[in-house]
Amino acid sequence: MYVAVKGGERAIDNAHRWLEDERRGDRKVTDLSVDQIKTQLSLSIAKVMAEGSLFDPELASLAIKQARGDLIEAIFLIRAYRTTLPRFGVGQPINTDKMIAKRRISATFKDIPGGQLLGPTFDYTHRLLDFKLLADGSIDEFEPGKDTEQMFQHVTQFLNNEGIIETEETSSSEAESPDLTRQPLEIPANRALRLQALTRSDEGFLLGMAYSTQRGFGRNHPFVGELRIGLISVEFEIPEIGFNIEIAEIEISECETVNQFLGSKTHPPKFTRGYGFVFGQSERKAISMALVDRALRWKELGEVSDGAPAQDEEFVLYHGDNIQATGFVEHIKLPHYVDFQAELELIRKIRKTAFEAKKG
Amino acid sequence: MSNSEEDFNFAYLDEQTKRMIRRALIKAICIPGYQVPFASREMPMPYGWGTGGVQVTAACLQETDVLKVIDQGSDDTTNAVSIRKFFERVAGVKTTENTGKASVIQTRHRIPEQVLSEDQILVYQVPIPEPLRFLEPRETETRVMHALEEYGLMHVKLYEDISINGEISTAYAYPVKVNDRYIMDPSPTPKFDNPKMNFCPAIQLFGAGREQRIYAVPPYTKVISLDFEDYPFEASRAEKTCEICGATNTYLDEVVIDDKGTRMFSCSDSDYCNSQKS
Ligand SMILES: [Zn+2]
Repeated sequence: MYVAVKGGERAIDNAHRWLEDERRGDRKVTDLSVDQIKTQLSLSIAKVMAEGSLFDPELASLAIKQARGDLIEAIFLIRAYRTTLPRFGVGQPINTDKMIAKRRISATFKDIPGGQLLGPTFDYTHRLLDFKLLADGSIDEFEPGKDTEQMFQHVTQFLNNEGIIETEETSSSEAESPDLTRQPLEIPANRALRLQALTRSDEGFLLGMAYSTQRGFGRNHPFVGELRIGLISVEFEIPEIGFNIEIAEIEISECETVNQFLGSKTHPPKFTRGYGFVFGQSERKAISMALVDRALRWKELGEVSDGAPAQDEEFVLYHGDNIQATGFVEHIKLPHYVDFQAELELIRKIRKTAFEAKKG
Repeated sequence: MSNSEEDFNFAYLDEQTKRMIRRALIKAICIPGYQVPFASREMPMPYGWGTGGVQVTAACLQETDVLKVIDQGSDDTTNAVSIRKFFERVAGVKTTENTGKASVIQTRHRIPEQVLSEDQILVYQVPIPEPLRFLEPRETETRVMHALEEYGLMHVKLYEDISINGEISTAYAYPVKVNDRYIMDPSPTPKFDNPKMNFCPAIQLFGAGREQRIYAVPPYTKVISLDFEDYPFEASRAEKTCEICGATNTYLDEVVIDDKGTRMFSCSDSDYCNSQKS
């Protein structure tokens, strides 16, 4: 007689041991160090930090190692760790004018005060496999010039002097900047909350959404006003001592788009903005974010929505989180046999009734 | 972070978070069937695998509690094992497979066959808390529909089922009305289990982690499965007998036992089946 298999526990233990073994791989090859990941896979780390919402290159590297290079799995590890950390306050608003940029470009002006600074970009590389790296990784050290030690005024400010681009409202109160990780998401969301959700959204999801706006699903005529990547300091006011102290220096990517706007009864013609801000060097995501941010702003700018997916706040905010998405999509591999059984019984019954009706 | 138990607060969540969840639970108990938004935390298991239930259980557990975890009615399914081990590790509570001995039961997809008692809490894992979701995908819309008690769409759906199939074609997650007010999703339990919710002596709590919702049915609350006078609700099951314990009144698993597709039926509730055998 069939006896229900007892062994879930042992099966799980064995699966974990097998997983660990495969993670380590061929023992004849040196174990990958967290330092190697941290210093040589920095763009993976950027993604894990951004979508994990935790700026910590060391932990991101550890997560990537533990996740065997599966970045969504690594992000998940970081999120699960982050959630155990106490939230001790709200930092001072970050001023990206004070960024020490290693890259800063504008597509709207040929030249800009401070100049265009390409920085370490793939942009003009020819995508040819470099077979030298198979054998020898030795590369000459590069010393960036003095250009990289200055701060740059934002390009959009030049437009602002003319009053031809909208002014950003600044907000610093907690009510205006709710914390997505501490409060349930409620729609409609204000822009601060939307930006929070976008910056930790899946890069691929945002990229697809942004691309769809360019192809006509909620088009918003974007120019990259400025894209900058570099270091900024994070300050926190300690009430006991009454002034701000720098608690971290973080690398971020920021993108400001300048978007065409035809004007309406309430808004005279003006350029509008989209904004992207992402941890680490993640310009693909920063640009995508700016396009989607702009698409989501149709209501506050008095535009008419095309009903495009990227303009649909509920659609974008509810479906961009890769940890939520991967969990729910993958959960259908869990046992569902009780429900399947219920469906089986139902379909058998309906079929029986249908056959009997045919016969009768 | 090392892996020793000392690194975690009791039952994993910090006390602030537990307090936030308990507030949501109390509100949920006060408004039976109403979905209370709560600031669901990221848990060390994936969304869709019981994060809502785990958070509710964590907020309820005390050191003296005895926990039972089932998935598909059984204590030995992999995800039930995984969640039970999680609480053994981070809360150090006693666990049991015996339904009668548990003070907190976390479940996915089943309600135990044994009638629950007043001193028990049943925690359901919920994937999609909104019973109207597949009729209206927008949360902003469905919340208004609940507020206005505007449930016509659901009745139309059930009516259309009957006109097409001669039968309401929902076999699990069969919608219920709680305390004559809110339409509620009972979680994806087979409709066979629905009558057990009605005037149940135990507290029934529902946690949907990814969707950030908690809802509840207080003890002895009216829970009615939606139906029509001429098409009354029927708690259906396979018309078979458990081949292990001989029960004729339980929900059965259908197991394929050889390459020819021979079937065997046995109780889905493994603890109940064992208790009937001996
Ligand atoms: Zn049985």
